[in-house]
Amino acid sequence: MTRHLQKELEKIKKRILSLGALVEDRVRMASQAIEQTDPGMAARIVETDWEIDENEVEIEEECLKILALHQPVAVDLRFLVAVIKINNDLERIADEAMNIAERVISIAKREDPGYRFDYVAMASKSENMLKKSLDALVNLDVDLAFKVVMCDDEVDVMHREAYQRTCREMSHRPEAIKYLLNYYLISRHLERIADHATNIAEEVIYLVEGEIVRHGKF
Amino acid sequence: MVSALDARSSRVVSQPPTRLGSREDLRTIGEPTVVDPKIRCRHVDVFYGDKQAIFDVSLDIGNKEVIAMIGPSGCGKSTFLRCLNRMNDTIEGCRVSGDITLDGQNIYDEKQDVVPLRAQVGIVFQKPNPFSKSIWDNVAYGPKIHGLAESKPELEEIVETSLRKAGLWEEVKDRLHQPGTGLSGGQQQRLCIARTIAVSPEVILMDEPCSALDPIATAKIEDLIDELRNQYSIVIVTHSMQQAARVSQRTAYFHLGYLIEVGQTQQIFTTPRHRLTEDYITGRFG
Repeated sequence: MTRHLQKELEKIKKRILSLGALVEDRVRMASQAIEQTDPGMAARIVETDWEIDENEVEIEEECLKILALHQPVAVDLRFLVAVIKINNDLERIADEAMNIAERVISIAKREDPGYRFDYVAMASKSENMLKKSLDALVNLDVDLAFKVVMCDDEVDVMHREAYQRTCREMSHRPEAIKYLLNYYLISRHLERIADHATNIAEEVIYLVEGEIVRHGKF
Repeated sequence: MVSALDARSSRVVSQPPTRLGSREDLRTIGEPTVVDPKIRCRHVDVFYGDKQAIFDVSLDIGNKEVIAMIGPSGCGKSTFLRCLNRMNDTIEGCRVSGDITLDGQNIYDEKQDVVPLRAQVGIVFQKPNPFSKSIWDNVAYGPKIHGLAESKPELEEIVETSLRKAGLWEEVKDRLHQPGTGLSGGQQQRLCIARTIAVSPEVILMDEPCSALDPIATAKIEDLIDELRNQYSIVIVTHSMQQAARVSQRTAYFHLGYLIEVGQTQQIFTTPRHRLTEDYITGRFG
């Protein structure tokens, strides 16, 4: 019975980490699509989003099955609750990557007004937060998880700067408002990716410490 | 793309770090005391002959609370339970040391009469054990010998109230004079609870009261425990972790005669603080 539960938990661990890897790929592709304004790459993200969705549903179903059949407690219960939430966060991250892809496709269709935002640093930071949050999950590394949580503020600052820049550019280039809006929304999507990575890190802290640290409770 | 299914995904998520008490440390973790305890146990040791079965256990039983005692077979939870109404006195070679008080009175005082003590601290056993008497007599026997009723109508009232409190009245009111042993297992167990209640106890000890019952009878007993806790302190020994989680407010985990951890049930089952508790409740024990 218990060995059966442990096997099921191992399976679910592998599945959530695989999903994490797939989502990391989407975020990486989205970063490249932004950097190179590559509609081809963006289209690939949009076309393959079903894969993430399918995985997310299957993982949730597996978790519900384990909860119903084994009624786990303590660390096993915390693990499953964390997986259910992380699963959701990963799917949302992939959605944000898809949103970015759609923005890139839209930007690529428009005439270049001769102004580009540089999102390399912000994309790399969000990507890095996601990577670290997943590493924290694998190694149950609370310190690393806390580092991810701390990074969120830096991405928020970058996002605010993007807003200020966009406002400035809009007043200088009113003819390019749609273009600029699309560019600004990329910042919004990157900021959301960082938020979800932070959620994952917070779930890792809960999993290990048994304490909820959301909403600045640390 | 599946480069992304990297080394990470094939690695096993490791055990959490040292948040938990180590397996070797057998000191009690958690808060064994409560404000205004009904029963107060301090430094209790129990020996069967030369063999020590309980080691320095200190634990309070609160007023009108359900406290569950869990642990593997032979961990001492039933032995400890039986100390609380001196049922261990009936076991030859059993010796109890330390302090156990009920409302501040030492229950091991040589002047303590165990008969009224066992009425005050009633016990319900694993296997339903009604007397080979009628349902009515089963419940009326205790009040009669303890002189709790002065008249027949008074006794009848005690019997009805006790059966009602045990959730059995509606099922047996038309056959009160039929044998108690003719009832189903679950009904017999509730009859035993009614028998315990009939002598106005303050504490009810339950030693795996549902282990011989089917899920429906178990659910009824659990509902009953939830109602009874408004009037009594209940100490339940159970092997069912789910049952402990469902019915109790506090849980105590015993291991090899030591009280390892005690705390709010919700905390024990979500974030136990001792590695041994976690190993046991998640089935990793051994």
